[in-house]
Amino acid sequence: MTVAEPPPVAATPALEVVDHARLARRERIRLIVRSKTFLIGAAVLGFWILMALLGSTIAPHDPYADDILNKLKAPSGTHWFGTDSLGRDVFSRVLAGARGIIVVALLATVLGTAAGTAFGLAAGYFRGLVDEILGILFNAFLSLPVVIIGLLALVAVGPSKLTVTLVVGVVFTPIISRTVRAAVLAERQLEYVQAARLRNERPPYVMFAEILPNVLAPILVEFTVRLGYAIFAIATLSFLGVGIPPPAPDWGVQIADHYGLISGGYWWPSLFPALAIASLVISVNLVADGLTHAFER
Amino acid sequence: MGRFLLKRFVVAIVTLWLLSVIVFVSAQILPGDVGRRILGPFAAPQAVAALNKQLGTDRSIFVQYGDWMGGVIHGDLGKSLSQNQPVGHLVWDGLKNSAKLAAVAFILVVPLGIFGGVVAALNEGRFLDRLISVSGLSAIAIPEFVSAIVVILVFSLWFGLLPVTAQAPPGAGFFTVLKYLILPALPLVLVLFGYIARMARAGTIEALDADYTRTAVLKGLPRRTVIRRHVLRNALLPTIAVVATQTGYLIGGLVVIELIFNYQGIGQLIFRAAQQKDFPLLESGVLIVGVVYLVATLLADVAYSLLNPRIRYASAE
Repeated sequence: MTVAEPPPVAATPALEVVDHARLARRERIRLIVRSKTFLIGAAVLGFWILMALLGSTIAPHDPYADDILNKLKAPSGTHWFGTDSLGRDVFSRVLAGARGIIVVALLATVLGTAAGTAFGLAAGYFRGLVDEILGILFNAFLSLPVVIIGLLALVAVGPSKLTVTLVVGVVFTPIISRTVRAAVLAERQLEYVQAARLRNERPPYVMFAEILPNVLAPILVEFTVRLGYAIFAIATLSFLGVGIPPPAPDWGVQIADHYGLISGGYWWPSLFPALAIASLVISVNLVADGLTHAFER
Repeated sequence: MGRFLLKRFVVAIVTLWLLSVIVFVSAQILPGDVGRRILGPFAAPQAVAALNKQLGTDRSIFVQYGDWMGGVIHGDLGKSLSQNQPVGHLVWDGLKNSAKLAAVAFILVVPLGIFGGVVAALNEGRFLDRLISVSGLSAIAIPEFVSAIVVILVFSLWFGLLPVTAQAPPGAGFFTVLKYLILPALPLVLVLFGYIARMARAGTIEALDADYTRTAVLKGLPRRTVIRRHVLRNALLPTIAVVATQTGYLIGGLVVIELIFNYQGIGQLIFRAAQQKDFPLLESGVLIVGVVYLVATLLADVAYSLLNPRIRYASAE
């Protein structure tokens, strides 16, 4: 028995060299769709996106309605996930909570991707001093975990949706910038960049009109990967009280308010929002993983 | 190699200084009047001014910064506003407790992660590989407070195996302390497992593909020897680097875990300081977190360059 068995033959045959771009794209989509983990992820993510759009409308109860007489009731036919310490329906609050976290995560990731792309293009294109200075600045920032930066922001500007969005966006900027920089470094050696520079085009034109379209694929992959981390970070920050203030039906806040009751046997107000976060974040990661594999070939 | 490490060291010092500016600005300048924040909106202006004078927060921000940094460099971290104790003591105690918790997590996860990654790599493309990779991917994604809820429910409430708090009763023996720390360490283990297994898997696959492995196989070495002597040694190098860079993440995770399990570590200390606007404690706590991260990555670079001769010749980054 040998160790270095040849890797199992890939399910897809090598491409004929006929029509490259379109064939490659079609092949890529086929690869993505064939991955079972991607499909499971996409289905769960689709469910949560649907809930972000309709969650508060189709919820069986008003997610904000207190009912002190029925507080902390165990899951039953009327309240599938039970009620929380104010008697609110946990199931309705879980459905309605999807919107807040998904919107904030998208905004934060878009912000980080836009800023990171701009800095990455500049660092990779100009190199030299610009690159060095950005590198050192970003390193200083990356030496603090996002939770700590969130707590600093909590003290500096107070809790709000905007605070979380900015914190996560700003923390993502250096990370995305690094990825973009690496891609730009590879691109700037190519003839079309040389040609543009010989035509005496201005640097912003070369960066955004010539190089950017060619590095979109890694940026897209990075975007989906970051989206998963954004949900992780935002859920954690709102658990710590940096994010969406109560009484909004936020999953992190819901857990923060009720985890202390677990040892008393009241597990449902914490467990169901926890499972919601877990399923959302895993689904995004499975989708991102599928895309990464397809684009890395 | 000397030049490479020297450059890393200089960058670390500059980073630390930048960090101190970020921390100082966000904890002491942005929130505005310190005296007003402590005394509340209804206090008399004279009282606020007097408190600011007493705390030294009525001086120019450059003087304040210089004063604070001067103290930090001489080891004087000031006094906590909320706990009326020297910040140095509080931070040191918190750091010691957190280190215990982190050590338990690392001791559990490093062998587990490496084993998982290597097993996945040796079964590349098969079911076991998919199972380990997908569960690692999922484990990375789940925030610690979410998995903490689940492990508390399962191990503490339903099976009654482990205590819900992390703080062992005073005077407890080594094994009791350990028993109290296992449950809080589990959520950290889950997240770290994904990272370490992923790196170990990638490293092993690369090493399995390398020419030296082929040579070793072709010259007739037994499979076990090839894996142990040729594959693993090369595969584990990048894994070491990952373990060190995860210290930063780990401290972020500690904030959440220490809060849920009510454990007196540096994470909970920083959280309480932020909540109570205890800025001397907050500033020092955050700065220490930065120092720990920088030292860990610096040590990782040293270890990595000692283990890997190739990096000695590579220009820095």
